[in-house]
Amino acid sequence: MRKIYHRIIQISGNVITLEADNVANGELAEVRSGDLSSLAQVIRLNGSRVSLQVFAGARGISTDSEVRFLGRQMQVAATTDLLGRIFTGNGAPRDGGPALTDNMVEIGGPSVNPACRIIPRKMIRTGIPMIDIFNTLVESQKLPIFSIPGEPYNQLLARIAMQAEVDVIVLGGMGLKYDDYLSFKNALDEQGALARAVMFVHTAADPTVECTLVPDMALATAEYFAVQEHKRVLCLLTDMTNFADSLKEIAITMEQIPSNRGYPGDLYSQLASRYEKAVQFKGENGGSITILAVTTMPGDDVTHPVPDNTGYITEGQFYLSGGHIEPFGSLSRLKQNVNKDTREDHRTLMDTMIRLFAQYRDTLEKQAMGFRMSAWDEKLLKYGRLFEEGMMSLKVNIPLEAALDRGWKILAECFEPAETGVKTDLIKKFWPTAKQDDAE
Amino acid sequence: MSEATLKTGHVTGVNGNLVSVEFHTSVIQNEVAFVQVADGARLKSEVIRVRGKEADLQVFEATNGIKVGDAVEFTGALLSVELGPGLLTQVFDGLQNPLPRLAEESLFLKRGTYIYPLDDKKEWEYTPTAKVGDEVFGSDEVGWVPEGIFHHKIMVPFGWLGVWKITWVIAPGKYSIRTTVAKAVNESGEEREIKMVQAWPVRVPISTYREKLLPVEPMVTQVRSIDTFFPVAKGGTFCTPGPFGAGKTVLQHALSQRSEADIVIVAAVGERAGEVVEILQEFPVLEDPRTGRKLIDRTIIICNTSSMPVASRESSIYTSVTLAEYYRQMGLNVLLLADSTSRWAQALREESGRLEEIPGEEAFPAYLESLVASFYERAGLVRLNNGEKGSITICGAVSPAGGNFEEPVTQATLKVVGSFLALSRDRANARRYPAIHPLESWSKYKSTVALEQVAYARQILKNGNEIEQMMKVIGEEGTPNSDFVTYLKSEFLDAVYLQQDTFDSVDSACTAERQEYVFKKLNQILKKEFTFGDKAAARMYFAGLRQIFIDWNYSAWNSPQFAENEKLLDAKLAEA
Repeated sequence: MRKIYHRIIQISGNVITLEADNVANGELAEVRSGDLSSLAQVIRLNGSRVSLQVFAGARGISTDSEVRFLGRQMQVAATTDLLGRIFTGNGAPRDGGPALTDNMVEIGGPSVNPACRIIPRKMIRTGIPMIDIFNTLVESQKLPIFSIPGEPYNQLLARIAMQAEVDVIVLGGMGLKYDDYLSFKNALDEQGALARAVMFVHTAADPTVECTLVPDMALATAEYFAVQEHKRVLCLLTDMTNFADSLKEIAITMEQIPSNRGYPGDLYSQLASRYEKAVQFKGENGGSITILAVTTMPGDDVTHPVPDNTGYITEGQFYLSGGHIEPFGSLSRLKQNVNKDTREDHRTLMDTMIRLFAQYRDTLEKQAMGFRMSAWDEKLLKYGRLFEEGMMSLKVNIPLEAALDRGWKILAECFEPAETGVKTDLIKKFWPTAKQDDAE
Repeated sequence: MSEATLKTGHVTGVNGNLVSVEFHTSVIQNEVAFVQVADGARLKSEVIRVRGKEADLQVFEATNGIKVGDAVEFTGALLSVELGPGLLTQVFDGLQNPLPRLAEESLFLKRGTYIYPLDDKKEWEYTPTAKVGDEVFGSDEVGWVPEGIFHHKIMVPFGWLGVWKITWVIAPGKYSIRTTVAKAVNESGEEREIKMVQAWPVRVPISTYREKLLPVEPMVTQVRSIDTFFPVAKGGTFCTPGPFGAGKTVLQHALSQRSEADIVIVAAVGERAGEVVEILQEFPVLEDPRTGRKLIDRTIIICNTSSMPVASRESSIYTSVTLAEYYRQMGLNVLLLADSTSRWAQALREESGRLEEIPGEEAFPAYLESLVASFYERAGLVRLNNGEKGSITICGAVSPAGGNFEEPVTQATLKVVGSFLALSRDRANARRYPAIHPLESWSKYKSTVALEQVAYARQILKNGNEIEQMMKVIGEEGTPNSDFVTYLKSEFLDAVYLQQDTFDSVDSACTAERQEYVFKKLNQILKKEFTFGDKAAARMYFAGLRQIFIDWNYSAWNSPQFAENEKLLDAKLAEA
């Protein structure tokens, strides 16, 4: 009953335009040109002219290609059969398994009513002190990992995924190198986590448009597991900068006025509508979605539009540089919700250690400029070294409580209590009194 | 607004949330229209441009599924809010839909669902104050109802022109908001009814007051660095620009809880939903120390978070300020916290881009500055027609791209605000909260403490900073001891006064009285001459002094502990 259209009047980038009627905004269509076949989505209507974005790219599309409108929006199968499966950006199986067609739901749905949200109060333990003490990860948090290309961000992501206590892992890969995709897959497989994971992977070799679908596919899947199955879902997205670059490419093709370094003016809204899918639902077994997303910073520049807009949307960020999570700039905005209930010294220790570490960095600068080191500087230098070894190194894998004890020990090895500016009652309770565990 | 015969049109194009419509009769710029979608949803939208037979509508919802040819209805009314008793404690979206009641229907914000903002069943204890025969003007009181602790005035609709004579008033009693409580007739004999609720178009300021006054009286926020160094006046405007992670939102939350305003309107404009949730869940339980009631009782929350449609984000800022104006008309002091105005500006930019307007700087529309200015100008201290005073204080958070204050939104804001609280990434990284930069920020309003003391403290901060810069070049050993002590003093001042623990119930709330007392003591320390044997001794001494002062900050005002810590402090001072 649906009409097939044959006359494409414009092909520009990955966008084709044709004349058709009774077409809805956002509707999907199938485009066939010889042996090529691809899905496409309506992105603009102007009178009878319909512009479609072709998922596989417009290369090879002829002006007399067949276009058939499907009368539905982009969908994903909402079923537990997803677990253990790997798909492409547009939802086609990548693992040789059968395509899923049951219980299809639209992707990119509306956001959760803020009045239905609750304050997240469950800590996610990772065994990484830089996260657990200083930037506690909280269930339903949305956090990017800001990183320079070349840092081990995917390894960190995989490690958090394995160690975090969640029910379902949804991975959305955008512009992923094929080896990275394989190492993710192997890592999940080795730890036996593949059976509770769903992967939507767009590799660097795949068409650009599919890249823009990945977050919505992954998050719609996560939403299904959280809402219908009451699961705690961890959604990993890597790399959101590739996603933003794809948006940019399409926006420029559509002749939109660019706002900042070529990115479209709605970059913030586009990113926000994805990140805001992170949520904790009410109730005993209310599900949750936690989002960890890698955002590589071109040129290590945090003011680049992608990390910059992201930082304003997410609830903090982890900075990965020099192979460790940087204490400065890294931040978990939700840590206040959980770190008051861990141990009474948690907050104070966290603030004190970071403040002193900031002074250590200043001292390092002075040292580099060749100034004589005062007694105080020497103390700071010792402290900085111990902090880097005992806390910052990603090799450290200890529970929070042990990490806190280690923190006090480091302070006691380097300073007098008054030098730390800690409230007196905490000093009385936690300051290690015997200093015999000093070397010598 | 009169009930015109139903005006219609049909869709001719869709581009993002911008829908072009061919209208059949006539349209009004900024009138509300509904787009009828095949799935049954009626999508609220607003006319933002008219060209020939075509009107461009910004749709306040997702536009998926709209087809060319879909029917459109024009309402003839400008985008308005409902003003009446029952606004307080509510949580609205940018179009004044009550979110908790939407939540009863669905976990998700389904498009096309609109609910009347006020409870029109609830009955209020109404007391008439106007009598038959009284001559009244727009915004004059005709009666009142108690709304929490407030005397909620029922006023003659603000839009009524000229003089009206009351012809009938209802007897005191319990009525719902739609009840006619009075009738009045104007000079040309037209009779109209006055209800407890009236509508007002959000983009038009309510201006039925006698005159605007100069804001002089400080609005105490209980944040030490604001009240003492960069104060804000009742009826003033201030902004808090800062890069992400500098603590804008934490500061806004502190302001929303501790500020000495009668009514607080929290507008979450295109920001994180999670932050609003904290307010939603905490305000109903947190006590307002000023009144002993719950904080929510004096609060309205407008919540159009980042994932909600961008067009209603644009209008949410006007919705908020209109509600603020309504309560100001009752002679109350209203604080409007808008977080963040940059998201509003971005919404304007998105819209402007779709309209294919010629872009200004960073693709923001050329009219950005005038819109920012006219928003902040809706703040102010006014003398109402009855001689009482009311005020709106506006605090706008700004989220500059890349934390760079040179960008258009920050610059447009700086031109029109009275106080600038620059949040600094360096301070935030060093965990010096609130991260208000003491040297970059400024205020044109009057401080809560003596001016001379502030000036002295500021000089110490300035000198301390210079010495610190110098020390980076010449090293600590090359710095004279006296300079080094000045540097320690400025660090001390920063640590014990500028920094404040928002999460501690005592330290976070520093009253004007306490600020005055503590700051006087602090000034004595800053002015005191110290001589130390060497730098290490000086550092050690100030570390000890800081410890005691911080303990003092954490002890409740006028408690035994407070007195004890003060004694310790005096003893320590006597040592040097």
